Order: sequence, then structure tokens, then C-alpha cells
Amino acid sequence: MAKAIEITPEIVAEHGLSTGEYQIILDRLGRAPNMNELGIFSVMWSEHCSYKSSRRHLGKFLTKGKRVIQGPGENAGVIDIDDGDAIIFKMESHNHPSYIEPYQGAATGVGGIMRDVFTMGARPIALMNALRFGEPTHHKTKTLVDGVVAGIGGYGNCVGVPTVGGETNFDKGYNGNILVNAMCVGHARTDKVFYSAAKGVGNPIFYVGSKTGRDGIHGATMASAEFDDDSDEKRPTVQVGDPFTEKLLIEACMELMATDAIIGIQDMGAAGLTSSAVEMADKGGVGIELNLDDVPQREDGMTPYEMMLSESQERMLMVIQPGKEQMAFDVFNKWELDVAQIGMTTDTGHLVLNHKGKVVCDIPIAPLADDAPNYDRPHTPTPKREPFKAETIALTDVSDALLKMIGSPDIASRRWIWEQYDRHVMADTVDSSQSGGDAAIVRIHGTKKAVAITTDVTPRYCYADPYEGGKQCVAETWRNLTCVGADPIAITDCLNFGNPERPEIMGQFVGCIQGMNEACRAFDYPVVSGNVSLYNETNGQAIPPTPAVGGVGLIPNLDYFATLAGAKEGDAIIMIGDTTGWIGSSIYLRDIAHREEGAPPPVDLALEKKNGDYVRRLIRDRRVNAVHDCSDGGLLITVTEMALAGDIGFNLNRPQNSCPISGWYFGEDQARYILAVDPNSVNPIISTAEGQGIKAAQIGTFSGTQLSSNDGLSLDIDTVRSTYEAWLPQFMES
Amino acid sequence: MKTAVIVFPASNCDRDAAMALEKVTGRAAEMIWHRETEIPSDIDFVVIPGGFSYGDYLRCGAIASRSPIVKDLVKKAESGLPVAGFCNGFQILAETGLLPGALMRNKNLKFVCRPERLQITNANTRYTSAYAGTEEVVFPVAHHDGNYFADDKTLNKLEKEGRILFKYADNPNGSARDIAGICNEAGNVFGMMPHPERAIDPQHGGTDGINFFKSIIESI
Repeated sequence: MAKAIEITPEIVAEHGLSTGEYQIILDRLGRAPNMNELGIFSVMWSEHCSYKSSRRHLGKFLTKGKRVIQGPGENAGVIDIDDGDAIIFKMESHNHPSYIEPYQGAATGVGGIMRDVFTMGARPIALMNALRFGEPTHHKTKTLVDGVVAGIGGYGNCVGVPTVGGETNFDKGYNGNILVNAMCVGHARTDKVFYSAAKGVGNPIFYVGSKTGRDGIHGATMASAEFDDDSDEKRPTVQVGDPFTEKLLIEACMELMATDAIIGIQDMGAAGLTSSAVEMADKGGVGIELNLDDVPQREDGMTPYEMMLSESQERMLMVIQPGKEQMAFDVFNKWELDVAQIGMTTDTGHLVLNHKGKVVCDIPIAPLADDAPNYDRPHTPTPKREPFKAETIALTDVSDALLKMIGSPDIASRRWIWEQYDRHVMADTVDSSQSGGDAAIVRIHGTKKAVAITTDVTPRYCYADPYEGGKQCVAETWRNLTCVGADPIAITDCLNFGNPERPEIMGQFVGCIQGMNEACRAFDYPVVSGNVSLYNETNGQAIPPTPAVGGVGLIPNLDYFATLAGAKEGDAIIMIGDTTGWIGSSIYLRDIAHREEGAPPPVDLALEKKNGDYVRRLIRDRRVNAVHDCSDGGLLITVTEMALAGDIGFNLNRPQNSCPISGWYFGEDQARYILAVDPNSVNPIISTAEGQGIKAAQIGTFSGTQLSSNDGLSLDIDTVRSTYEAWLPQFMES
Repeated sequence: MKTAVIVFPASNCDRDAAMALEKVTGRAAEMIWHRETEIPSDIDFVVIPGGFSYGDYLRCGAIASRSPIVKDLVKKAESGLPVAGFCNGFQILAETGLLPGALMRNKNLKFVCRPERLQITNANTRYTSAYAGTEEVVFPVAHHDGNYFADDKTLNKLEKEGRILFKYADNPNGSARDIAGICNEAGNVFGMMPHPERAIDPQHGGTDGINFFKSIIESI
């Protein structure tokens, strides 16, 4: 160290550590830390790295299952999809940086999540995302949409991994904090999965990838605090992405992974070299000694503090099998990547850093990882809302209502977004956002099987009732996977909330997790990886609770799958499930009636399972031509989306004894699917359903080019399509 | 029949191209690393795949056009070796001068990925002869810099000599005269922004690209 800086209470506070946390450090070390050590403790104990507010609650999740190879705790979750194939996936947030610098924030979010996946030996085969922006009229929204979409595309397109789907919502609750959640799905062989543990003593530690610069220092700490009006000044803590280097890293790692040279490997994500070294050592039960002079550096005069806290992108740390060093050098040199042996594993249990001939850090690793704070934050449950009565909402002009809904910000076509993503590269995309379907379908290269992937959450519901909303987000992903004929296997989650130090926010968090976990258990649909993003607040205004869920399922044979397109002339429209007209917390109520009230639709998990299993069976038996689940916007939006995707009109018949008209068309009752089936299949499908206690009824017919109903709906499909397609491009160009 | 695909560090359609070649020829394509200095003499057809070659932080394809392997490729193409470039491959071929014109940033400045309807404007060439005639085909596009530009004299010459093989039905990028794909004077070098190699499979992008590969393979 150039000079010893005395650690004052102000310095401790600047590092985001509480007095109590600092006291623990003093106790564990038996002395005051130096600046480097304090910096290392501060990032390792930040909310972002330590999950100190969420850990005890995450522990309740179902994380095991017959197909789970690796649950939470590694870089990503691993599931078994038979024949020696594994799928490795995770979703992660990059919210704070994306608000400050949308292009780079989103781009590096994509880069980071890809590294989490290929670190484990998987070739990334698909990218997804879940995006939330403020209301369209907010002055920042357009710029943020433009930058985030360009950033996601710019990174994924260059690396050459298809971005196959996602979701985008607009709500004033995100005016001050947008959400950028990126998910990556990769494929590996089950016997070639790599873990992060640094095993053995005296084994060489390799650094590979981009040089370390001064970017992103304390990014993890930024992601663990609220924003205020001066947040734009945090721009220097946003990292810059280099997808070219990422592509080289993927190919080089894949090449080296094909050998037996790697003992353990970890990407340098949040908290950079610090967290990767500490996590590898902790998992392997060893110590680590690094010579910081050997770290490839982008700038002169970098201090140990800067090197350890830098979040420069596209960097990996690995422990190499002794004797295989040259093999590693050869591969990384072939790909023209910076590579250096920067240290070795030790038996001291300490993290020791040497710099310019001096020891600049010597701290035990165990407290960094294991003794991280673990808080039981006070939480107050969200008060329950009364159900909203659909009778109080008059709906007379169904045509007008459909046009307003189909052209509304949360339902209108996302073409403007997904046309900026390469959805086809790698040549295995069977279905993507292009169809507007429920789940993307990506073939496992060289086989007839495929993974189905979806991301979903309905923050309106989570805000109104975290518990029901928590159940719903898991149920909806399960339903989406079912809609394409996949067996849902497991989920990853990205839990975006406000400040956990506020009991009502913590109450949302606890409530959502309880609901999610119940759904996971009901479906035998475990959580295998995830990420928590707290402090999504600006000036005390928190985002709506947004536990984004990424679901993955398996289509065992691509001869049997479905999408929402495919309805044929004369096909019957069959509704599976019960329509009670639940309009509370619906899009219709919010965007057409301008009322944000009412309890969200309850989720009957047993019914979800029964209905979904039946629909999946019908798809496997090739009894249906198209399938779509009822979600945002209800029945009429579901059937209209099927009509647009299949380029065919329909005629709907609302039963005379139905619920109120607004609820029938736009209510958001759960556990419902719309099927397009051959007229000859109608009776057997309905009678088999009824035999199993499943509600099923024909509610209309796909035919012609008009969208019509017995309540006066009468629109030409082209009119509906142009309204559906118009909103987003017009908004972006306005 | 031996085919090859050039692999730059950030090529990302190299596998797609190799799959297409294998499907049509029944034989695996040879993958040639960018640092090689020579195309093996027994190679009958070379594809320069899509992607971002060296990151393309400079003008797309500019660095690749000066790479060791491309130097030899240019030499062999000039003496008749059939070479096709898709997307980044087209950009590289334009940078080498084997094909006239340049690919500028898309007119709306955005990356565009979508299935694109193309009109075959000359079915009487080595790259289009397997098609029935001037039919319409659908190939995906996925690019940020596909806005084809050349001066009027060049464009007139291309048109007059029948060297515009494909035109866009709904021009996605602002290309001059809706040009999607062109060949050189000798007809052995071809470049296009759309991806015929992503249109060889009914479950992925359709099968309209198969006849493209059949055309050139059968001509050899």
C-alpha cells in the first residue's frame, strides 16, 4: 500500500457497511482491516453478493427434483433432459446500470448471464429477457426502451446466441427504476458440467479475458442502494461490454473444457476478482494467494483496491490442473485472449494478495462467505383487497374495447423490439417471439427434442396480493410451457423489489416467495437458480413487486408440439377452464376503466395442474391445431392473438347465462386455455374433459377474416392487426 | 465435391453454413481458421459465413478482408473458385473488391431480423439455376449494416449484365434498387445479406434456401 489510510466511521459508511457489520469484521480479524480488506468485505457483504436480506427466505424454495442436477448455489442451475443432455440456465437482473446507461447496462447484463452459463460448461443456445419500463408518457421511457433494446441486441447478436423471447411491460411504478432481467439457456453433456470449487493445494490460478480496468468499481454496492435525483452521476460505475471478447471467451472455454485441464472455473461478475476468488476458494475449502502485478491491466497505476473491486467485463478465473498450464496457454493464445497465471491455491484458508513486493491483504475466507450478515428483516403482510365486481363496469361496444386493448402499451405487438434481435442464429430456433406465442422453442442441436423457454410475472397481481401474485407468476410460466406441449421442468427467478429495510416491502417479498414456493411444490417445478435485486427505489418510491420467473421445459419429440398459430378454417374454439369474469387487477380495469383496484384472480394450483396436464396430453396426441393460454387481457385478447398469428377470423358465442359481459371478454381468470380443434374432435375433447372434472366448452369457431361475436363485435382482421402493430413503432417514433 | 467455411474469431453462422453444405453435398464441410494462409487446392466451393468476423467495431468486414486467409481466397476467386458470402460474408466480399459496392448501416439505423420475401431476378446463374424461374423465396435477414450502395453507373451495369440475382420485395434496409444479392462478372463470386443457410429446414426458417445450394453445387 502506498500509505496506510485510517478506517474512519465515514469510510465504513461509504462502503455501505453498518456499524454492526463493521464490528463483526473487527471481531473476525482481531484488528482493523486495511482499505483493500475493507473494500473486499464491503462488496462480499453487499446485498447483491451476500443476499443478506433474502437468504433465509430463499432457503424455503423447493430446489430438488428428479431432473435437478444442480440447484441454486452455483453459477447457474442444471437440469437433466435425458440422453446425457443437460440444460444449464439462469436469469439475472441488471436494473440499476440499465437505468443509468441503458445500452451498456443491458448489454453487460446479457454478457454476464451468458458467462454464468458457459462457465458451467454449457454452450449458450438461447437468450430471453423480462423488461419493465415506466409509463410511456414519462420523459425517460422512450430513451430507455431504445437503449435497452439496442444493448440486448447489440450484445447477443454479435456473440451469436439467438434472443428468442421475453416480455415487456410499461407501468408508472417503474418510472424511476426500470427492470432489465436477462436469462440465458445453455446446453452441455451431463458428464461435462463444470463447477466453481477451487480444489487442491498448489494448483495454478489462471486469469483469462479482458484486461482489468477502472470500470464498474463498486457496481455491486450501487446495486445495493436506492437511487435519488443525482443517480445519473453514478455513470462511471457502469461497465462497458465487449461482445467480441465474450465470443472468443466462449469458444476458448469450450475448447479447453473439452480437455481435462480445468479443475474449477468461475466468471468475474459482480464484485469482479474479489467474489470470484473468494467463492472459488470457499467452495473448495482452500486458500488463495494472488499476485496482483500479474493481473492483465488496462491502465497504469491501478491499486490493489481498484483491481479487486473492478467489474470490467468478459473475464474468467480458473484453477488449472498442474501440468496442463501450457495447454491452457495454447488455447487462449489461439483465441488471442489475455491470459496470465496470477496465483495458486493454498492450504491457509486465507485470501492473500501480493502487490509490488508487499502483502496488501491477508484475511480468512470463511467469514467473507459464510459469516456474511443474514438478516431477518421485519415484514408486514400486504392488506388483502376486496374482489372487484364486474357488474359495475358497463361494456357496450366490444369492437371499440378490443381495438383499445389490442393497441394498448402492455398488449400491443412487440415487433419493434424483437426485430432487433437475431432470433435465428445457430439455426435451431423452432419458434420465437416472432409468433407471439407462449414459449420459445429451441431445438437441441442434432436431435429431435427441444427446450421450451418462457419468462413471466404479472406485477399488478403481485402488488395487489403478493401471495396470489407469487403463485400466479410460477403458474403462468408452467402454463406457457404446457401450451407448446412441453413438460415443465424447473425455473430460475429474478426477484425485483424495493428497499427491504421497509417492512411493507419485505412483506411483499416474503408473500411472493410463499406463493411462488407453493406453486413450485404443486407442480413439482423446482427453482434451480436465481437472483435477487432489492433497493429498486427512487426517492422512496418502490417498484411494484416483480418476481420474474424463467421457466424451462422439455419437448421430447418435435413431432408433437403446438403454438398459438395453426387454427384452420372451421376449427372449433374450445375453452378449457372456468370463466367467472374476474376483472379485479386486470389490464382492462387499469387501462380502459382506469381503475387500479380489486383482488387479483385467485390461483387454484390443483386446477391449474389438472387443466394443464389435459391440454398437454391433447397436444401430444395431436388433437389440437393451436393453443394459447388466457393471461393479460383475458379471453378476447387470447383468441385475437391466435387469430392474428394464424391469419384467420373468428366468431365467438357468449353463453346467455354467462358472467357480466366485461368479465367474460376481458376478465383474467386463471387456469384457462383456448384450443383450436377440428370440428370432429369437439365432442370427444369436451366429454373426456368432463369425465376428468375439467370444464370445457366450445365458445366459437375460427373462420374467415372477420372477428365477430354475438355481442356485436365486428372487426376486419386487417384493422385489428394494424392497430396491434401500430402502437410501439408510433410511440418510439413520436 | 469438397466445400469449406472460413471461420473468423467471431463468425457466428459458421455452423449454420456448414450444416447447409453438409445437407446438400452429403459431406461435412471443411472449417478453415482465419489464420491459415491457403485454401486447400481440392476445395470446390467456399462460404464466408455471417457473424462479426473480428468484432466489426470498425467498418463491417474491413479487418477480415485483410486477413491472411482472405488474401489467398481473393486470388483463387479471381481464378474462378466459387465463393459465396452471406451477411458478414457479403460485407467482407464487398470490402475485398471482389464484389462492387458497399454495405452501409440500415436506413432506419436499427438491426433488423425477420423472414424476408425475395424476388429471384435472374434464375439463369450458377447460384439460382435450381429454382423454377423468377419465383419468390423467403430467407431470414439479420443484420445492422445491409444497406447496399453503389453509384448509378455500377448499378446500371449490374442490372444490364443480370448480376442482380435477388431483390427484396419489402426492402428492409434501404438498399439501392432493392438489391439483396449480386455476383461478380464471372458469376463465381456471390454475396447477399439474407441467410439462405438458415432456410434449409422446415422447422427452422423454411426450405427455400436448399435450391440455392443445389444450384451452385450442381454447377461444379
